[in-house]
Amino acid sequence: MKNISFKIDGRNCTAEKGQNLIEAAKQNGIFIPTLCHFKHLNPLGSCRVCTVKQNGKTLAGCTINVDEGIDIEVNTPELLDTRKAILEMMFVEGNHFCPSCEKSGDCEMQNLGYETGIRYTRFPHLFVDRIVDARPERIVVNQNRCIKCKRCIEEIFTNDGYRVFNFTNRGNKTVVSVDYEQEAKLSEKQAEHAMHICPTGSILVKGKTFSKPFGDRQFDNSNSDKNISLHDIKKHKSTNKKKKRIATTSLAGCFGCHMSLLDIDLGILDIIELVEFNKSPLTDIKKFTKRCDIGLIEGGCCNTDNIEVLREFRKNCDILVSVGECAIWGGLPALRNTISLEDCLKEAYLNSITSEEGETVIPHHEDIPKILNKVYSNHEVVKIDYHIPGCPPNANHIWNVVKNILFDEEYSISYPDFKYD
Amino acid sequence: MDRTFLLSTLWKYQKAKGFISENDILKIVKKLKISSIEVESVVSFYHFFHKKPTGKHTIYLNNSIISEIKGFNNVKIAFEKETGCSFNEYGNEEFSLFETSCIGLSDQEPAALINFHPFTDLTPKKVKLIIQKIRNGENVKDFSSKTKSKIQNTPSDDKTVIFRPYKIGNSIKAIHTNTPQQIIDKIDKSGLLGLGGAFFGVGYKWQSCKNNEDDAKYIICNADEGEPGTFKDRAILQHLPGLVIEGMILAAYATGAKEGIIYLRAEYQFFKDDLDTLIQEFYSKNLLGDNILGKKDFTFNLKIQLGAGSYVCGAASALIESLEGRRGEPPVRMWSATKHGYKRKPTVVNNVETLAYASRIIELGEDYFLTLGTKKSPGTKLISISGDVAKPGIYEIEYGTTIRDLLSIEMSQATSPYFVQVSGPSGECISPAEFDRRICMEDILCGGSFMVFNRTRDILQILRNFMEFFKEESCGVCTPCRAGNFILNEKVKKMQRGLASQEDVNEIKKWGNIIKLASRCGLGKSSPNSLIYSIDKFKEYYNLKIAPSNEFQNVEFDMEDAIHEFDCVIKDTQL
Repeated sequence: MKNISFKIDGRNCTAEKGQNLIEAAKQNGIFIPTLCHFKHLNPLGSCRVCTVKQNGKTLAGCTINVDEGIDIEVNTPELLDTRKAILEMMFVEGNHFCPSCEKSGDCEMQNLGYETGIRYTRFPHLFVDRIVDARPERIVVNQNRCIKCKRCIEEIFTNDGYRVFNFTNRGNKTVVSVDYEQEAKLSEKQAEHAMHICPTGSILVKGKTFSKPFGDRQFDNSNSDKNISLHDIKKHKSTNKKKKRIATTSLAGCFGCHMSLLDIDLGILDIIELVEFNKSPLTDIKKFTKRCDIGLIEGGCCNTDNIEVLREFRKNCDILVSVGECAIWGGLPALRNTISLEDCLKEAYLNSITSEEGETVIPHHEDIPKILNKVYSNHEVVKIDYHIPGCPPNANHIWNVVKNILFDEEYSISYPDFKYD
Repeated sequence: MDRTFLLSTLWKYQKAKGFISENDILKIVKKLKISSIEVESVVSFYHFFHKKPTGKHTIYLNNSIISEIKGFNNVKIAFEKETGCSFNEYGNEEFSLFETSCIGLSDQEPAALINFHPFTDLTPKKVKLIIQKIRNGENVKDFSSKTKSKIQNTPSDDKTVIFRPYKIGNSIKAIHTNTPQQIIDKIDKSGLLGLGGAFFGVGYKWQSCKNNEDDAKYIICNADEGEPGTFKDRAILQHLPGLVIEGMILAAYATGAKEGIIYLRAEYQFFKDDLDTLIQEFYSKNLLGDNILGKKDFTFNLKIQLGAGSYVCGAASALIESLEGRRGEPPVRMWSATKHGYKRKPTVVNNVETLAYASRIIELGEDYFLTLGTKKSPGTKLISISGDVAKPGIYEIEYGTTIRDLLSIEMSQATSPYFVQVSGPSGECISPAEFDRRICMEDILCGGSFMVFNRTRDILQILRNFMEFFKEESCGVCTPCRAGNFILNEKVKKMQRGLASQEDVNEIKKWGNIIKLASRCGLGKSSPNSLIYSIDKFKEYYNLKIAPSNEFQNVEFDMEDAIHEFDCVIKDTQL
């Protein structure tokens, strides 16, 4: 094959004529993210994450074969944002609860979320009720996590050449369905292959979790500097005479983010010299006594009290920060968002086997808050200025953001500190 | 594997029993040696195929915006009341009720198809009568509505192209005096553009199909007119179907194709028999078949393929997928259809109106055509006008006619028009300030749909209807279109609830542009258009819809709505 030269973002590249752009770019040291492109498969062009521009026209990068003299734009601000937006669409369209997903840490989609720096999604989560199909012989298909990339459809065949997966329905109801009869013919190895090519945790083999579920995972790098350097804190102590004020609260959360905050261990003593905690579970101050510079909010809003507290924070804090997955988009409490409130309450209080006979009452009283129809993210209720992802975010990440807000100090979040789980 | 028979086979089962059973699927699977999920994926893609039994009478009520403003809701309630069934469920043995997107009868809304026979200008009273007649055992075909659209306007006689007297065979006799290349040259010179909405040069298309040598070539007539608000293709097929067939014969002669297919949308099958009869007449007059008009070796055979309910199949590439027995997903395009089209052979896909114009151009001469219209878009155009006008129907207009003229007392007689949607939901909305814009290449093109809304109509209701349509009709393959339209629809809902801030309005524009930028085919690339345009064109309206700023920094939260469900549950369950 003839070698040709072409350009990516003005950089000269060479490749074989007709080679796929994604592969050709990779050879030239340029990474074009994609979720549907898979080795030998014909370009699927379904996920659109690899959207690039050629002659001012947007195209899926995976559908381009390189040719002499072509000029491709890959990393312009517009395209970077578009790519991020498409990933965000995937996050809101499905129900991606990273902390409870077997593939977390080994998930291509999650990894691209980290790569593109998605802290929160600009789009509202759709919370569509999706099924987990355990009827197949060897695998479980979790529709909550499926991004309809088509990889399994085009790649997984039985030995006698029958397709195992295919799309059914259309529009926003499109799903990848399994042919149960053909699926039963798959060997253990073929089933595992299906699991591994799935860019998310949608296809799982029964009785097999991923070989490295936690700890040393493909997309986790080793932790670099876990602890906040005391030097860092002391530096600010000497330059800032006036103490800054922080308020914190936990709404529909588990206090895990507060625990993480305390993970800075003895560092907290130094921080206290630097900042003052006003309303916070840490100080047990119930009502705001002074206006605060920062409010750190853990958890989303699941009842009327959460809403009131959050609004109180908005009124009394200059800058509000959503800390952790629950605050950012509902997190685990939002698992209930795909089910109607009526069904939730009936299951919990009326029909559950622990309910004593005659004791079936849904708690309600003017003194207790009312449950909202769904769990709301904080930015659906008031304006939120910053988001810190993680379940929980680690202390380093929280400190870096707070430091940035209080002292205008630039910061970067290292790879291991940026997590959704 | 040749699956081209799949759609027809599925129709056979669907019609015989009212649904496609597991057993039917297994029969097909055996024949094709594919897995059943592949057939199911096709069945579930098309709106008119059902996997569950439907009643003896299946009623599809149009839910397009025109239907909505003409009384859709009351008619819907009447149908539910009279039949005792609910919409979009499978109903009972007698009736099944479904909503469906535009059925191409916008000048006669609200309209429904009962067992695919049209019933137009419905009112609750009329619905009662219809259901009574059905219950009395009358055949729906016998009392279905006449649907021929009124031709409300043609330019003066010397300027009319389409709606003039027609004599069978008048255009195709040109093959005696013209070589294939001469036919193409004439079409090319006339500057005829594809009139389905893409406005692609017809001469160029025919030429490249001719140039691509192959043992088989195909001419496909795209009669899958799905853009809400348009019905001009139906009008042509009902008034002058011969023109379309002759256009196909000319295209076949010019390119060397031997086979033709009319891909007729399922909604139009009530006049399929008439078309078949006409095709037979063409055969008997030696205008189709072997040695057409005595021309040695000129063979062209024509058949009709019925679609099965999918908007996106109106795009040529998806249409070919559909013809080949697959889901109507627009494929990743590596080749143009004129090189690798239907069955991977060179194929010309032209819209109904385009073919009709092609045969008129050959009949009347390209020079005549060139004297009409504007420089860049010569000739005339058919526009289907509907909505708040006194005279809905078909308008043949010379290119260059202004929107104001179309709305005027001489033409459609619109009453205080405020929001005009040109080219359907995927087109552009026009505000009164732009009524002097001209329908032509130099200004604004119109695919055929022209919907007029007066001052009393709510713009968000219109846009919501459009977004629901796209959300439903997206093929589902690519993320921006599948998820993006869903998300935009949620945003419109939020605005309708009065919870939008200026930020939300800005976001609609930004998000819409992302969908347009990244979507795979024309559907997603155009679906947010109206929404985006409307924001700049109807600022006054949006200003009224935006909530004033508040102490929570412009985020609106509807507490009452959020606790309503809880209050209801408590009320219902506790004594």
